[in-house]
Amino acid sequence: MAEVTASMAGTVLSVLVAPGDRVEAGQDVVILESMKMEVPVQAEQGGIVSEVKVEEGSFVGDGEVLLVLSVES
Amino acid sequence: MSIRKVLVANRGEIACRIMRTCRERGVKTVAVFSDADRDLPFVKMADEAVPIGPPPVAQSYLKVEAILQAAEKTEADSIHPGYGFLSENASFAEQVLKAGLTWIGPKPFTIAQMGDKVTARQTMIEAGVPVVPGSGALSSAEEAVRLAREWGYPVMIKASAGGGGIGMHVCRGEEELRSVFSSVKQKAQAYFGDGKLFLEKWLPRARHVEVQIAADAFGNILHLYERECSVQRRNQKVIEESRSPSIREETRQKLYDAAIRAAKAVNYLGLGTVEFILDESEQFYFLEMNTRLQVEHPVTEAITGFDLVAWQLDVAEGKPFKLKQEEIPLQGHAIEFRLYAEDPVRFYPSPGKLNAFQFPAGDGIRVDAGVEEGNTVSPFYDPMIAKCIVSGCNRMEVLQRSRFTLERFRVEGIRTNLPLLLRILEHPDFVRGHYHTGLIADLKNE
Repeated sequence: MAEVTASMAGTVLSVLVAPGDRVEAGQDVVILESMKMEVPVQAEQGGIVSEVKVEEGSFVGDGEVLLVLSVES
Repeated sequence: MSIRKVLVANRGEIACRIMRTCRERGVKTVAVFSDADRDLPFVKMADEAVPIGPPPVAQSYLKVEAILQAAEKTEADSIHPGYGFLSENASFAEQVLKAGLTWIGPKPFTIAQMGDKVTARQTMIEAGVPVVPGSGALSSAEEAVRLAREWGYPVMIKASAGGGGIGMHVCRGEEELRSVFSSVKQKAQAYFGDGKLFLEKWLPRARHVEVQIAADAFGNILHLYERECSVQRRNQKVIEESRSPSIREETRQKLYDAAIRAAKAVNYLGLGTVEFILDESEQFYFLEMNTRLQVEHPVTEAITGFDLVAWQLDVAEGKPFKLKQEEIPLQGHAIEFRLYAEDPVRFYPSPGKLNAFQFPAGDGIRVDAGVEEGNTVSPFYDPMIAKCIVSGCNRMEVLQRSRFTLERFRVEGIRTNLPLLLRILEHPDFVRGHYHTGLIADLKNE
């Protein structure tokens, strides 16, 4: 399991993936908005999205878990 | 008519700035604030403060009804919009006037005319003010591609209703232009409620120079010199100075003339700024007109000794200017540094709690801050938390004093662009006063 966390406090502008999707390391998975700027959050490693913890419009703190990936060993 | 109580429809440093002048004139002040801002200095500084809603701007600082209700409840007689938020919203200005209040700003018609960049360009062309080679409103991505082929790349695609560096994109080739067209359009629709786009030729190694103008209700139009605003990141200004250290005297005069012609063409009233872009040979073109007080107005205050907010209040009260153009003072030099709550390398926002926020004071040092130690910098608003304006007899003295001053800022708990500001101060191009809008990008690549 691996978690993708927020790189800064902000509002979730869009969630680009859904449970079951395969993501690559470095792929943009969520777009956060803070201080009038959009910042994409990337998955640090590849895997399958097992859970999306946030929805569009919700507010997240710095380091909060956005989604959970199951990582193939 | 005299102004007795001003509601400031803004937040942070500019709200404090406006209230300071009001207080000096014996004018009462009303702050409006969102739930995120209740502990900020501007709320405490006001004679009265009215909560207007939750943190998101659409539910607070852009909520016209809530602001007008606050004015009615507190019996404010005037509204000062500051910059950003509703300051360039013609419909808000109209509603303020309709409510029988004084609007401290230009006429709503002028705001609308200059707020739509396609209309503004057309107006300037008719007035004989040179504009950046560009298009009218684009009907499709195909039209943009066809024009760009004719002019050559790079080109800049822009939202007609845009501003503040949002809703624009530099395209270096056809593929990029096609691929960003719809996203810029969507963003323009989302941010400004108007998806109209236009295309401009993008000028490399350009300089941004703007002229401060002031117009009273009696047909007097003055300029208060120019500001050099070429140090930018993401098309937003970081450092501004007055006067420009690089342009030729001859160009300076031409810019003043063009700015006054621009102001005349729209029958301007109040304080405003005409922005120009200059190419390497100092050919200049009108970019846009900002129908409000500018963030960087303090550098003009430093070299003229004027209080520009006081000028705005005087014009709103219907007073004529007492000075003629040749009587406008000019003393020394001034530079403004914008302190942003952001990572100095990637420019990502860095909200959080200000565990420490201290800065020096002294001759030639002015700090306009919107926060104090212990405050939380919220993620809902612009990352600019303070401005540091340094002035002195000449530019060399200002550069030395700036370094001394910035090194003595202590900000803890969030990241700021202070390290970047100090690096720019040491950049040879900045030191010799000849730089263009690519300065920060060049610094990053070094």
